[in-house]
Amino acid sequence: MTAYARFLWRCFRISFVGDWRYYAWMLVLTAVSLLGLNAYCKQLVHGLITTGLTDQVSWGSYIANFTFLVGMAAAAVMLVIPVYIYRYTDLHHLVILGELLAVSAIVMCLLFVNVDLGRPDRFLHIFLRFNFPISMLTWDVIALGGYLILNLHICGYLIYCDYRGVEPTKAFYIPFVFIAIVWALSIHTVTAFLYVGLGGRPFWNSAIIAPRFLASAFAAGPAFIILTLQIIERYAQYHIEEAALRLLQNIVTIALTISLFLLGCELFTEFYTDSAHVASTRYLYFGMHGHVRLVPWIWTAVAMNTAALVMLYTPFQRRRWVMNLACVLLFIGIWIEKGMGLIIPGFIPSPLGEIVEYTPTINEVLVCLGIWAFGLLLYTVFVRITVPVLTGRLQVHRPYQPLPGPGELGAAVPAPGGGGHP
Amino acid sequence: MIPDNDQPLPNDPAAGGKPRVTRRSFLRAGIGTASGLAALAAALVPLKDFDTSDLTLGKFLQRHYKELGPAEMDQVLQRIAREVEQRYGVRPELRDLKPKDGVEFVYALHLGRCIGCRKCVHACVQENNLSRLPEMQYIRVLEMPRGSVDVERANHNYDRPQVPDPEHYYMPVQCHQCANPPCVKVCPIEATWQEPDGVTVIDYDWCIGCRYCEAACPYWARRFNFTKPRFTHDANGAVIMNPNMNYLSNRPRKEGVMEKCHFCLQRTRAGRMPACLEVCPVGARKFGNILDPESEVSQILKTKHVFVLKQELGTIPRFFYYFDQEYPRTAGCLPNEGYGDAFPESDGSGDQGRSGSALQGAPA
Repeated sequence: MTAYARFLWRCFRISFVGDWRYYAWMLVLTAVSLLGLNAYCKQLVHGLITTGLTDQVSWGSYIANFTFLVGMAAAAVMLVIPVYIYRYTDLHHLVILGELLAVSAIVMCLLFVNVDLGRPDRFLHIFLRFNFPISMLTWDVIALGGYLILNLHICGYLIYCDYRGVEPTKAFYIPFVFIAIVWALSIHTVTAFLYVGLGGRPFWNSAIIAPRFLASAFAAGPAFIILTLQIIERYAQYHIEEAALRLLQNIVTIALTISLFLLGCELFTEFYTDSAHVASTRYLYFGMHGHVRLVPWIWTAVAMNTAALVMLYTPFQRRRWVMNLACVLLFIGIWIEKGMGLIIPGFIPSPLGEIVEYTPTINEVLVCLGIWAFGLLLYTVFVRITVPVLTGRLQVHRPYQPLPGPGELGAAVPAPGGGGHP
Repeated sequence: MIPDNDQPLPNDPAAGGKPRVTRRSFLRAGIGTASGLAALAAALVPLKDFDTSDLTLGKFLQRHYKELGPAEMDQVLQRIAREVEQRYGVRPELRDLKPKDGVEFVYALHLGRCIGCRKCVHACVQENNLSRLPEMQYIRVLEMPRGSVDVERANHNYDRPQVPDPEHYYMPVQCHQCANPPCVKVCPIEATWQEPDGVTVIDYDWCIGCRYCEAACPYWARRFNFTKPRFTHDANGAVIMNPNMNYLSNRPRKEGVMEKCHFCLQRTRAGRMPACLEVCPVGARKFGNILDPESEVSQILKTKHVFVLKQELGTIPRFFYYFDQEYPRTAGCLPNEGYGDAFPESDGSGDQGRSGSALQGAPA
């Protein structure tokens, strides 16, 4: 027990150690997180009137980001499945990095749901009268909470084993890995069902939303991981196999193709039928009665996703910068499409046919940025701890061995030989 | 050199244990911690305006409406009455009226009579202590073009010197008190439910304000308190508020919770009519007990041409719209056997006449 406490303490300490770039990055993230906290305090005092939400558009940027991030969390399975089902050993060490991303994403999801509540002080009511299994929101609480615990256990166990230099006992994590695979699919499906089950909202009341969610998540999530891994490789000097990146790239390509195909199916059904059902979709893509606030956004998303798809199918995709550009484009494209492109049009026109548009306020945007910054901060700390453990530089019975060369704070420390591979 | 015990090296910043504290490392850590805490405190500054009067232990521990025993309910009612008096200077008669056996409330609205004057909207605001700033309204009157029941063609914000406009008819919409309510289904914490007399209510002290019910409602009947409700004052500076209050209906609400039309339970459970009905100058609104075959609403449902909004959603509303058409019809062709006879003079025009009959009666 004390050994474990010591491990946690060392993890805590090491998250304050790094070169100037690390400090700058963390300082920026901390500052933005605090700005978000400050904005949230204002919201607590004055109520949700500090947001752009109305009785007509009663969910906005918070729930949009929540939906997108559930997908990011679910996307960790795209690293797990190749390793544990198809035995792609190239990705083996990267699984933990994917699962830590899932943990950070779920924490962000929980924060986004919490800032959306009118009465966060009554949060405990969820444990006192839990409307399960009738309310889909209770399913989501279970799905997200369970997924967080599963991933914390798997990552925590594997990292601690690596730290102690012992072989992990399969029975302690393999079953959970497989449960987590199914669970990951369930979190995004249940999140889709939150919207799909509402008969009064024709835009959401479509069975294709859940598959669309999964497909777009499996494109955006691995795209983010591709970018992150290259950053880790560069700044944490942690070798990433080219084959691993290429495998992820294939996953992104296929998932994006399916995602755009499903979107096409949806759009065909809506526009060709041309019934009253199409109103929200028409508002989103072409505007309605002069209300066009979302139109530039959704066409940006369409353009970015299409450009990424084309890039990923040309021979140039083998160049790193083309792959990276495609990842950036589709990540933003899917964030738009799935966030504000899915949540907000569901409310426009209102069930009584009223068109009230929505724009987030600055305070609301600051809260969102704060949560994103906090999530990235968390992920950075996780990676900061994990990489030295995986490379054997942070191990029990051994002092921390900083990276060679100038930079890391511990440069003054005479690096003891042996151990990890820099 | 690999130490064979877990002793940290003297200067190892990540080694844990008790590294030697140098002046430099002490200063660095001290300044870092201090500036971090200062930034955190600065971020929390807006909380100094936080109204903590709403965060008492009694409220925090208050149980769900359905779990409150009679004695406990009394205490809660006294506490709320005290708070209302402190906050607004109005001494309320706060009760917890229970549903009566053999009663199921329904509402019927005569579309042919409604003139769109919005008196019901404002009577509701006063009766139910709705926030005046920002003004919240439970009833929305739609101005509809003749010959259409498509709400997307409605005008919500009509502002005419005189109503009714002859080219339009008027359709007030409020909570339909569905028998299969989508809003109740989605609530994660059972803060909203259907009472035995058919009214869907909200425990304002239980709602967490997730607004899932608002997204689920196909009639846009629910309203959220985006900020603290505020009221107007009379000439003497007293808050204008209806003191006849009921726990599940019109007692003042707090910021961050949901509310909606509850058929004026503070009146209707005491044998009176809803405020919107009483104020209606043309008698377009009818309310009563559907389980009583002699009630006016029972007669309307039996004899009038009634319909509900968005029937295809299966919500089974208790709010009916109707026209002047009497059933059984006295004129027209008698129902005959066989398909062919159902369309006398079957030249296509008969078909149109039939499907349009509902709308013909509308703008009387």
